[in-house]
Amino acid sequence: MKKTLKERLAILSDAAKYDASCASSGTSKRDSSSGGLGSTEGSGICHAYAPDGRCISLLKILMTNFCIFDCAYCINRSSSNVERARFTPDEVVWLTLEFYRRNYIEGLFLSSGIIRNSDYTMEQMVRIARDLRLKHDFRGYIHLKTIPEASAALIEEAGLYADRLSINIELPTDAGVEAFAPQKHPANIRRSMGELKQKIDAASEPTYKKRRKRFVPAGQSTQMIIGADQTTDATILGSSAGLYSRFRLRRVYYSAFSPIPDASKVLPLIKPPLVREHRLYQADWLYRFYGFDIGEITAGRPDGMLDLELDPKLAWALENRARFPVDVNRADKEMLLRVPGFGVKAVQSILSVRRFRRLKLEDLQRLKVSLRKIKPFVVTADWTPVRLIDRADLRTLFAPEPQQLVLL
Amino acid sequence: MKRFELRGRGDYGEWRDAAREALCQGLSPREVEWGATGTQAGLFDTGLPPDFRGETAEIGGRRAVTVPSAFVELSKAVLCHSDPRRFDLCYRLLWRLQTDKPLLRVVTDPDVALAHAFAKSVGRDTHKMKAFVRFREIPTQGPRRAFVAWFEPEHFIVARTAGFFQRRFNDMDWLIATPKGSAAWDGETLRVSDEAAEKPDIRDETDDLWRTYFANIFNPARLKVQAMQSEMPKKYWKNLPEAELIPDLIRSAEHRVREMKERGASDTAPKFHERLQQRADQSAPNRSRV
Repeated sequence: MKKTLKERLAILSDAAKYDASCASSGTSKRDSSSGGLGSTEGSGICHAYAPDGRCISLLKILMTNFCIFDCAYCINRSSSNVERARFTPDEVVWLTLEFYRRNYIEGLFLSSGIIRNSDYTMEQMVRIARDLRLKHDFRGYIHLKTIPEASAALIEEAGLYADRLSINIELPTDAGVEAFAPQKHPANIRRSMGELKQKIDAASEPTYKKRRKRFVPAGQSTQMIIGADQTTDATILGSSAGLYSRFRLRRVYYSAFSPIPDASKVLPLIKPPLVREHRLYQADWLYRFYGFDIGEITAGRPDGMLDLELDPKLAWALENRARFPVDVNRADKEMLLRVPGFGVKAVQSILSVRRFRRLKLEDLQRLKVSLRKIKPFVVTADWTPVRLIDRADLRTLFAPEPQQLVLL
Repeated sequence: MKRFELRGRGDYGEWRDAAREALCQGLSPREVEWGATGTQAGLFDTGLPPDFRGETAEIGGRRAVTVPSAFVELSKAVLCHSDPRRFDLCYRLLWRLQTDKPLLRVVTDPDVALAHAFAKSVGRDTHKMKAFVRFREIPTQGPRRAFVAWFEPEHFIVARTAGFFQRRFNDMDWLIATPKGSAAWDGETLRVSDEAAEKPDIRDETDDLWRTYFANIFNPARLKVQAMQSEMPKKYWKNLPEAELIPDLIRSAEHRVREMKERGASDTAPKFHERLQQRADQSAPNRSRV
């Protein structure tokens, strides 16, 4: 018997949850004042949070979870006995519009297992995006996952309707991809990213007369799975840095490898390394917004792994004590950004205020900065950390209480 | 001592008029008292005087009042806050700005910091309203579909947030009702009221599909209840159709993961996988399988 829409929604959202991205930000600003349905106003909106703490911003579903590929880490691989289902393009369009009208979502994040071949699958996905945009004048957010090896013409058309396109790099190293995803080819994935970058660049070049067509205004992103193989954090972050600089990706998502139903025997059924995933995101932020090099972040430990107990900025500061304390009334922006406990916003506030006042500790407290965290590292008008920075036990001031390990 | 009684439901105009009068009389913040009746119409409702906005205004020929436009933006947000100190705080800032022009840039000043904290709380509430309003469809005669939502904001933010819904849901009629006012759109006029509204009783079948999605997008192996609650505090749950599922999802998570592990990998693959493998072997006989 054919499964109901509700049953298939259950299967095809369950199948989609291992993609971490749910971002709906950073696209072109538009609304429905002149007709149609929907708007995007710069910042994304999380319409709900699941008990896994993840934001639900988009209707994140698979068109189908039938797949001819057999990637070991994937719930939808062909050798898995997971229940299969498929939406028609019209059903996806209907769900997106009805969910949107009730303000459940910002738009659609559509991915799919590969059926028949890459082009057939991509064609169906492009049709959904095209119908949403052209038939229904939908102006909300659309994120399409591009299918590996799909033709350039299809990717180009997808880019006209989608705010964001992404293709997953899957594992941080080529060897990892070859071992676990035998039908995927890292070189082709990179080539696809490179081609997309060129098209995005070309579309954003100014022209003399008229506006160019909108093309993937929220750029491209990717995801890699963490903890399925033995890759170190240094290698992972190096790989991300390469992706950011070569293809100007907006985001690299790290997805802690998580147990899936009917998992492959070649992979361990472990508790997902959530702390490690969190530390990688912090390091990623330091690289993108705080002026750190990947090498600096990972230099502290010979095994190439990030410290799980301390955030990477604090760990770096403890390794580089000679550069502290920092005088908040004099230091330059670059050094202020390196103080553990200062965020980008706090640094901006400090730079603005100190043109008019000399900052004291209480001023920093009003910026919602944790004094406990920054005191060893800063000098203010009324505070100097007397040799605090030289204390041998400085690490223990910050490290969490030891906890017994929890087994899955 | 002069006392101003304001309606105090997020209207910047009524406060501005009162504040201008106090300032023109040279009353220091200590000499002014503020109250919010919440019911009466404002006392200074006569006419629509020009905005402060970055200009110099001669008032009663006695004194010029100038404020930076940043103050107007900040106080508009602060005055939507539900804290009774908001009127006095804004007046204190206005008073101090007359002699201390760069004051607003000193974000560590206690008054400025408090104003920013109020504005931030209002901004957060506004953002949560955009996120957590849930429209339910109601039957209608006309060509446009119609939806109604009930939401309970912390502050008086309905008027400042209504424009967002108008820009987004232009092609449908909608009404958002809250205890702190309501907003409605019919395709032509955006109507906003600050009167408390009654909670409507409406069902919408699509909520059930949404709950199905919510339950299945959740990954039980990554339970992080704190992270969820800091972004979606419990006070919002009662009006979110999906929230009723949360306790069960949390309770069953560990069991589901354990079961997943115990069941392990199955020994046989589905038939179509075998067929795919055969096909692959025929077309690429030299390729080894993992």
